[in-house]
Amino acid sequence: MAEITLPRKIMEEVENYIRKNNLENRRKEILDRVRNLYKQAMYDPEEAVGVVAAQSLSEPATQMTMRTYHFAGTAGIQVTLGLPRLIEIFDAKKVPETPSMTIYLRKEHQNEKKALEIAQKIKEVKLRDFVVSDVIDLLNLKIICRLDTVKLKKYGIHVNDLTKYIKLKNVSVEIKGRELIATIEKTENVNLHKIKYRLLESHIMGVKSVSHVIVTKNENDEWIISTLGSNLKKVLSIDGVDPTRTVSNNPFEMCDVFGIEAARNSIIREAVHTIEEQGLGVDIRYVGILADLMTSTGKIMGIGRYGVAGNKDSVIARMAFEETKKHLINAAIKRTRDPLRGHVENIVMNQLIPMGTGAFTLVGRIPKIEEQKITKEKKKKSHQPSKPKKRKTKKATAKTKRKGKK
Amino acid sequence: MTAKKITGREADIYFNGDFIGKTKEPIKFVSETRKKRRQGILSDQLNIVYYEKSNEIRINTDSGRARRPLIIVENGKPKLTKEHIEKLKKGKITWSYLVKNGIMEYLDAEEEENTYIALHPSDITKEHTHVELNPLSILGTSASLNPYPEYNRGDRVNYGAKMVGQAIGSPIDNFLLRTDTKFNILNYPQMPLVDTMSDKILKEHPYGQNIVIAILVWDGFNMNDAIVLNRSSVERGLFRSFHFRTYETVKKRYWGGQEDDIGIPEPGIKGYRGEEAYKHLPEDGIVNIETIVESDSVLIGKTSPLRFLSSGDFTADIENKRESSVTIRYGEKGIVDKVLISETPNGEQLIKVRTRDERIPEIGDKFATRHGQKGVTALLVPQEDMPFTSKGVVPDVVFNPHGIPSRMTVSQLLEILAGKYGALAGRKVDGSAFSGTKEEFIRKEMLKLGFRDDGMETLYDGRTGKKFKVMIFTGVVYYMKLDHMVADKIHARSKGPVTLLTRQPTEGRAKRGGLRLGEMEQQCLVGHGAALTLKERFSSDDTLIPICQSCGMIAIHDKMKNKTYCPLCKDSKILWIQTSYAFKLTLDEMKALGIYPKLNVVEL
Repeated sequence: MAEITLPRKIMEEVENYIRKNNLENRRKEILDRVRNLYKQAMYDPEEAVGVVAAQSLSEPATQMTMRTYHFAGTAGIQVTLGLPRLIEIFDAKKVPETPSMTIYLRKEHQNEKKALEIAQKIKEVKLRDFVVSDVIDLLNLKIICRLDTVKLKKYGIHVNDLTKYIKLKNVSVEIKGRELIATIEKTENVNLHKIKYRLLESHIMGVKSVSHVIVTKNENDEWIISTLGSNLKKVLSIDGVDPTRTVSNNPFEMCDVFGIEAARNSIIREAVHTIEEQGLGVDIRYVGILADLMTSTGKIMGIGRYGVAGNKDSVIARMAFEETKKHLINAAIKRTRDPLRGHVENIVMNQLIPMGTGAFTLVGRIPKIEEQKITKEKKKKSHQPSKPKKRKTKKATAKTKRKGKK
Repeated sequence: MTAKKITGREADIYFNGDFIGKTKEPIKFVSETRKKRRQGILSDQLNIVYYEKSNEIRINTDSGRARRPLIIVENGKPKLTKEHIEKLKKGKITWSYLVKNGIMEYLDAEEEENTYIALHPSDITKEHTHVELNPLSILGTSASLNPYPEYNRGDRVNYGAKMVGQAIGSPIDNFLLRTDTKFNILNYPQMPLVDTMSDKILKEHPYGQNIVIAILVWDGFNMNDAIVLNRSSVERGLFRSFHFRTYETVKKRYWGGQEDDIGIPEPGIKGYRGEEAYKHLPEDGIVNIETIVESDSVLIGKTSPLRFLSSGDFTADIENKRESSVTIRYGEKGIVDKVLISETPNGEQLIKVRTRDERIPEIGDKFATRHGQKGVTALLVPQEDMPFTSKGVVPDVVFNPHGIPSRMTVSQLLEILAGKYGALAGRKVDGSAFSGTKEEFIRKEMLKLGFRDDGMETLYDGRTGKKFKVMIFTGVVYYMKLDHMVADKIHARSKGPVTLLTRQPTEGRAKRGGLRLGEMEQQCLVGHGAALTLKERFSSDDTLIPICQSCGMIAIHDKMKNKTYCPLCKDSKILWIQTSYAFKLTLDEMKALGIYPKLNVVEL
């Protein structure tokens, strides 16, 4: 067998070990042993890797409690965890229930003061944050908001500038002393409560849709900012943010900003984090297979009817899964052929699955009994070992049935 | 009810769901109606409720409401006094006197919404309107049978209550006269030593036996909730029960003057079961009493006319008869206990045959205490091998101590101690919820009787005679035999019946079905790469079908001429392929839908 080339990372580790322990003279022995171990850890050809990965992931998933733990009083942001989060990741939900970002900072911004400064820049500030109380004037169709001038000063916003930020249709805004008065110009079909809500939700500063920011130190004693709500594109453009490490917990956002490979890594990271957080252990390779499958088309596909399972090549496999009629009718219309290469189709037809021991077929024919006898007799006569006759090896494939529909 | 004045709006009044009028003073109206009911002017079966939120009054007098009695409280004092109780004891007054004189009243679920009920007389404050007769009444019938439930976690009480319902006991006394389809009765039932108020009400309907228990590991045989039973106790009759089952049939009459025939079916009839099956039948075709019958033997021999008669031919000969006998269920056996011949309201003959089967506890039978501690028998040990105390007492059940800490069934431990005291003192111990005999009392009495107050005993191993290193908690506890016996569940199959449509094995024990190798099990085999094992396991409906190589459809095999040909293509090559019958069926179904499933087959 050809010699196995070890991956670079392992080679580096081995070299380091040799150097550290002065084992240059035993180099070959060590490398052989490592190679042997590496070979043992490898999967055999035709092993059903996908099934094993699926089982390895779903077994701990059954043990996951539907309960999401809520820790009271800890510095951090409450995000969806446990089984709901895992389902969210693998089903490829466009927007997670609790989108969040982990923002890393550049070296020159590695101190509490600067981190807080950046955090303040990131946090979205709405008009609501400056309003102490609000009143709806039904007669004059006005909304009167009392402002917190002290807070405004703290954020460095002049009271009169506030009108610039409010862009609502049919609403004119004016400032009178400490009050902000919004007058509705329309007279018919006015829902004052709705308008009030929209008025208070007006974006003033910070990054949109980031509702909370928390500055903490991570395990490497580094200042990081975690947020609730994500807007990766905007955050990356802020000065001081390290764009090489900052991530969102939404694979779709990662895909939009960094591309599919980053999305793949994001899926792996999020899934592993969710599983480990529950105190369960799954080898990263299993998650990797799943993430590979989900991103193999260049877009993120969920596991399920409208994702991976619905995009299988085999008609029969799709029919066996869900929406039998839909797939059957489409196949009939399009005159689809099913080459029967997957295991689902072959189980449906009760054929040998092309996997494991069923992946191999006998090539060449076993000689007939008469032939064997003749060769034996010849051997006896000649009393010397004759070369076994070269037989015509006719390729005998396994019963390959092609199924198609007209 | 908190008096809240609602001014201006009138409250609607509904009587049995119908709108009958309005009132401006709903609270006054309701309280006055209640007053009249208590005075006996209105029926005591009337219930009235005022819903503050929707501002409506509902009066109910119709049938079907669940109502329960409560003692009325007025100004923080219950109306039922000690004098009443004295009089009741002497028989001077009755229950109905209390109800009619406004001392007690029955409330339905709706009127309860307007009340504030105290659980115990000592809890009564001025706001209370009623007090419970007994705090036990917050529990249902089966939950109230659990002794000391207040010492337990709620779920255990719930499990216990659930299993009381599954216990085999003595629920009725006239079972010998009845013909229930399925009925179980315990041979030597006992009332519990540690009982509750409800047990005193139930009186003659015990549901288990008092047994001696030792909380001890027995060589690992009782791990994971299994229990070890004393074989000698079982031989003496512990937990033996009878299982009755009634089979019945009607001698039906059909159109055209035909009717079913009761008797031994003649050979050659459609569906004839073979001579062996009818061996218990006497001439009249109904088994005799006390015949030992086993699975599938015929109890009532019956033949029915075929459903569709060939046109014009009305002769009722053998050819037109179908076997329709009543047989013992698959997997069951027994002795014919009773035969009953009667008539249906239509005047047709009705035959009922009841069988009886003695069920002796065996490995796999389920037992439980009243504390949600269930277990399956794992081993039957002869008395001589069981552990024994210094006084020579041998336990009937060895229960694993690992079942206690995680489940925290303190009530079980209390019951064991109380049961032990009861057995030693020769009296019953009350274990009613909230008012049971206190632990301190039992401990004191145990010391007086010359026993340890914690229920521990020095035990000796029956096999070696050696003393156990630790003392073992031993006592008496009420055990129930549950209606889940292996005899009803054991099942295995090699060959057997298949369904007509798919040719796959039937499902379920009653139909001698196979055990399904499901989707997840299938994936396990795929994961192991065991392709050939997988194929073999799924070959239960294997078939060979001829396929035409040119059109890809199923060809015809003519067995008479021994010829295989395709009805569509001339002189085409036909190949036999092997698939599951279910797949062949799928192909047929596709064809029925107008879809052409073409199989491209290649010769090896």
